[in-house]
Amino acid sequence: MQTQTVKIVVTGPFNSGKTEFIRSVSEIDVVSTEKKITAEAEKIKESTTVAMDFGRITVDDDLVLFLFGTPGQKRFDFMWEILSEGMLGFIVMVDSTRPETFKEARSILETFRAYAPTPYLVAANKQDSIDAWDVDDMRVALRLDPSIKILPCVAKKKSAVKTVLLELLYGILEEMDAAQSGSAEGA
Amino acid sequence: MTLKGNLKEFSFIQLLNLINLAKKSGALYIERPDETCRMIFRDGKLAFAEVENEQIPLLTILYEAGLISSAQKEILSVRTHGMNEKATGIFLISANYVDQTQVSSLLMNRFAEVVRRIFTWEDGFFRFEAGELIPDGRIPVHMDLENLIVEGARRLQEIEELKSEIPSLNMALKFTDRPDAEMRNFNLSVEEWRVINYIDPKNTIQQIAAAVKMDEIEIRRVVYTLLQAGLIEIVRPGGMPLRLPEKMFPTQNPDEQKSLVNRLIHRIRSI
Repeated sequence: MQTQTVKIVVTGPFNSGKTEFIRSVSEIDVVSTEKKITAEAEKIKESTTVAMDFGRITVDDDLVLFLFGTPGQKRFDFMWEILSEGMLGFIVMVDSTRPETFKEARSILETFRAYAPTPYLVAANKQDSIDAWDVDDMRVALRLDPSIKILPCVAKKKSAVKTVLLELLYGILEEMDAAQSGSAEGA
Repeated sequence: MTLKGNLKEFSFIQLLNLINLAKKSGALYIERPDETCRMIFRDGKLAFAEVENEQIPLLTILYEAGLISSAQKEILSVRTHGMNEKATGIFLISANYVDQTQVSSLLMNRFAEVVRRIFTWEDGFFRFEAGELIPDGRIPVHMDLENLIVEGARRLQEIEELKSEIPSLNMALKFTDRPDAEMRNFNLSVEEWRVINYIDPKNTIQQIAAAVKMDEIEIRRVVYTLLQAGLIEIVRPGGMPLRLPEKMFPTQNPDEQKSLVNRLIHRIRSI
């Protein structure tokens, strides 16, 4: 039988922790397209993703989950729509210690929301840092509806990443139930 | 050498800057599938501008500016019948209906409007025909480009910010669940009220813009204000529950889809 594949997209602003998030749970070394950063203004880390990150979790012989990380810099946003095609859901990573990126995170969230009506959630990364904003304050700053999940996260911790992925999958199940009951009522 | 290209690669502001700094003379044509604009420059200054098929007669411009009455416009239309714009202008000035400064000022405003309209164009082919003169019978002006360039740069910045806040016009709007918020206590503009009337998760922002006859920038500006005031929020169109896209699963059988998600959950728990 042919192996089925599904994908989850991890997006968010530059340096929000997308690559690290995928690296924490991927069973293969993350296939990364990182390049050395040359722009002085962006030199808060050595390298950045320019096309995508790619991680993999084999579920069983018939099913594989791919994790795609998008490039965070706006000038590579032509990749976003390509990566979002057919996604099961998406995660918006936000660096809790950098409120200056919240506006961009909000914009990325809206962009992906418009690509496809798939479930999503927000992961408030770097919550182990002393400078991290409280998740409730981030919800207000990001103007998130109470129905949208925003979860505390530390991308380098496997347990935290697992929780985020599981919450997204629970959300997908809920949406499926809602869609099914909606169509049953309509019938 | 011909100056031509696409606004995607070389923006309109950059073009104006080039014409201004190089003190160019000639015609700049900018074409999109549904409209074409022509601007004539003399020594780096704007002399004339028009959108194809949108020529507004001088008498109409004077009437809209309140310089002549409706009755005067009708009489003058008959008396200037067959005259071109320049001859009409000379006639009106000699007959003391207006002076030369007023005519120039109104035409400059009109040409500036054409230029402002192009500020929002992100796409469109342009070509500069050096040496081309203002069409016969039209009144030229002598308008500095600096202020228009500054205004355009500000406008572009605003557009970028609005697009970043509201990237897609295919989303819908709904009122926020704030039982304490009394709509009548807000001081809203006429434009904002017009948009408010159409706020419903069934209507996309694009549809609202069409209904209230606003362009992409105007509707984004109003939506942004209402968002900042906490009155509305952006939602997916159509309301809940979602219709999940077919492509997200390799199978279309709902039971198999559920089983697939449960297998994913089981696997991730075990990592």
